[in-house]
Amino acid sequence: MAHIKVEVGVPGIRSLVMFRPETGKPLYELAQVLLRGPSTLSPAERELIAAYVSFRNNCGFCMNSHAAAARCLYGDEKSIVDDVLADMQQSGVSPKIKALLNIAGKVQVLGKEVHEEDIALARKYAATDREIHDTVLIAAAFSMFNRYVDGLASWTPDDPAAYAEMGQRMADKGYVIPKP
Amino acid sequence: MEREPHINLGNNFPGIRGLMAFREDTAAPMGELANILLRDSIGLTPAERELIGTYVSNLNDCFYCDQSHGEIACIYLDGNRELVDQVRTDYEHADISDKLKSLLNLAGKVQQSGKAVTKSDIAYAKLNGASDRDIHDTVLIAAAFCMFNRYVDGLSARVPADLSSYPLRARQIVETGYGNHILHTKQPGT
Repeated sequence: MAHIKVEVGVPGIRSLVMFRPETGKPLYELAQVLLRGPSTLSPAERELIAAYVSFRNNCGFCMNSHAAAARCLYGDEKSIVDDVLADMQQSGVSPKIKALLNIAGKVQVLGKEVHEEDIALARKYAATDREIHDTVLIAAAFSMFNRYVDGLASWTPDDPAAYAEMGQRMADKGYVIPKP
Repeated sequence: MEREPHINLGNNFPGIRGLMAFREDTAAPMGELANILLRDSIGLTPAERELIGTYVSNLNDCFYCDQSHGEIACIYLDGNRELVDQVRTDYEHADISDKLKSLLNLAGKVQQSGKAVTKSDIAYAKLNGASDRDIHDTVLIAAAFCMFNRYVDGLSARVPADLSSYPLRARQIVETGYGNHILHTKQPGT
């Protein structure tokens, strides 16, 4: 049961933004612009970064839902998502995305863990300043979302089918705030 | 020596301002979130909200956010910098309410991980008069600073060495609020 009185049967962050729609609005807008807005990183790659950070934060709701969204967006290449979550360094993802996931992993620990050599590695594989910026902000934002979802003990469904449905909606419609 | 940002921001603004100016479309919802969470006075005062933000930034070792929000809290507290310092170092013995102490405990758990929050942390806050909304806002303020702090340090944003510049920017925030408008005015102290 959640730590505060939220709508029963509504999972994760949806129940929290229905509890306080004023803060929910900018939270959903941030997710939409970061994960679907203009970027040279594809929505699939950005969802993968989100799922990876959520996995490292042990946030089941965010990890399962964003991994499901990433699988939908990767389409035929969806096995990349589970390969990265199993072992990022050994996965078949491109060297550039691997270098960006490395930065995201450092941000997940703490901002100061990102060092010059992490940035240099990303640049070596042609990551742009904007891609580095977006990666750091996605990782930072999920360090917030994960804490919000778990810090209030919002409902985390166990049924994988629930996440497949969520991921499809996130892939198709993006981030649309639920009505209270 | 002052650190240099990891990326070319194309501006010389201090701290998160430099990052916000680099990408204003992501900055806009973050500014709106900060305004709603930190300037609301239902349940928790703006001073209490800023103290929670300062405390979490201190735990995350983010000097820019720690100093900036500490100075904003200081203005709301009529210049009581000793209280702000005591909240940073030893809030249990600070002259603040038991409710705020229980919420700082909660914020400290969120700083570690969402899963570190226990039922007894919540019960302790409720026992001291915290409402569901106060608990919600505390968790979200702590979580949001875990984002802001990582954004600022993860990109190695500029940290002004001149401590006298922080109260000037703090005054601007207290008077005009958070948001992209602060990117389009003369930076205080420059």
